[in-house]
Amino acid sequence: MLTKRIIACLDVDGGRVVKGVQFENLRDAGDPAELAKAHSESGADEIVLLDISAAHERRATLLETVRRAARQLFIPFTVGGGIRTLEDASAVFSAGADKISINSAALADPTVITRIAERFGSQAVVVAIDAKRSEGTSHWEVFTHGGRTTAGRDAIAWSREAESRGAGEILVTSMDRDGTGAGFDCELTRCVADSVRIPVIASGGAGGAQHFVEVFGEGRADAALAASIFHYGFSRITDLKQQLGAQGIPVRWPC
Amino acid sequence: MIAIVDYGAGNLVSVKKALDWLGQECAITSSPREVAKATKVVLPGVGHFASTEALARLGLQNAIAEAIGRGIPFLGICVGMQWMFERSQESPGTRGLAVLIGECQSFPASVKSPHVGWNQIEVASSSRLLQGVPSSSFVYFTHSFRAPLAETTVACCEYGGQFSAAVEREHLFGVQFHPEKSGAIGLKMLGNFCAL
Repeated sequence: MLTKRIIACLDVDGGRVVKGVQFENLRDAGDPAELAKAHSESGADEIVLLDISAAHERRATLLETVRRAARQLFIPFTVGGGIRTLEDASAVFSAGADKISINSAALADPTVITRIAERFGSQAVVVAIDAKRSEGTSHWEVFTHGGRTTAGRDAIAWSREAESRGAGEILVTSMDRDGTGAGFDCELTRCVADSVRIPVIASGGAGGAQHFVEVFGEGRADAALAASIFHYGFSRITDLKQQLGAQGIPVRWPC
Repeated sequence: MIAIVDYGAGNLVSVKKALDWLGQECAITSSPREVAKATKVVLPGVGHFASTEALARLGLQNAIAEAIGRGIPFLGICVGMQWMFERSQESPGTRGLAVLIGECQSFPASVKSPHVGWNQIEVASSSRLLQGVPSSSFVYFTHSFRAPLAETTVACCEYGGQFSAAVEREHLFGVQFHPEKSGAIGLKMLGNFCAL
């Protein structure tokens, strides 16, 4: 049976993972390559590395980080942050990424989705959408630049357009829930999942195993992404998968 | 030298990285001469079936046929496996290598397509490629078309009906999933291929 994917996200700035970490037996808890490997060994189905450094001169550092992390990673590996062009994407793929995640640049010029998909295949193109609920409604507005700027787009309409332009997956982050630990926005995830045929990755709000059960059930997500919940060690992926399995969610376990 | 065939479609770094990890001498190449004289050939592939038309255009199809004719082990991955069949619904005008009988087809409307993620395979014990790989192992798939079950099927997968996850005939091998992205079990399969 096709399983639901648990994706571990590493936020990286200047070659270092910026959120706290509690893995045991790591020589260096801030090293992206070591953390990616540790997550993979503890049962993550996929790794996302998100470059949050704004400074352009740090791009070279990012590529070196990707190269080091990819060398010992044999599960799908997505890299996002600051990818604007086909050339940016090519450099990240050459460094060892399997997929790229693109956000603001796709909104600024949606044809970049198609260009990358035509060269590397749709399976390699994840369009990330940061969405915020319009108060008191079931509509979500798209934001860019880390949530500082409104894109003036409806999240559902943009998901559909991204799919039609060649995206292979949609990564939808609820800005209302991100960092709260209060659970995923299942209504948002479900609206997106019901609007496209491609897989939908839910992000933002993971605080415990029950949240994953909800987002895979009522949220109809194909995958769920979390960062801090794994880093701070509330929930080792191993334990999370055992709990999900016990509740009837198909997961890759043992792996 | 293992030749990883580059015909301009997709990203071959992951396959090379896995073979490097296994300590194999390998190179990504689009040179028909290098492919023809390789000791093993790996044909990765992503994207559209029509992109395999470049293989003939670049002289790589003949080089692969020559290499196969010498009896060297060949491994097609994803679209590379589909290309071993006669044709695909994805691009009816494109001819496959046709070393295997059948046509690749789309998934039924009852399931989401593409089929993306970790799914389980049922393994035939006779397989050389899958030697030591237990049934129900999880491997990583990402594809919109699939090969039918055939006499050459050595692993099948269930998603909107059963399909060929791996095929094998003499020294010809094909996998629909990505062994280079399937963790330790995928590396084991690639190790088996390298040891042939």
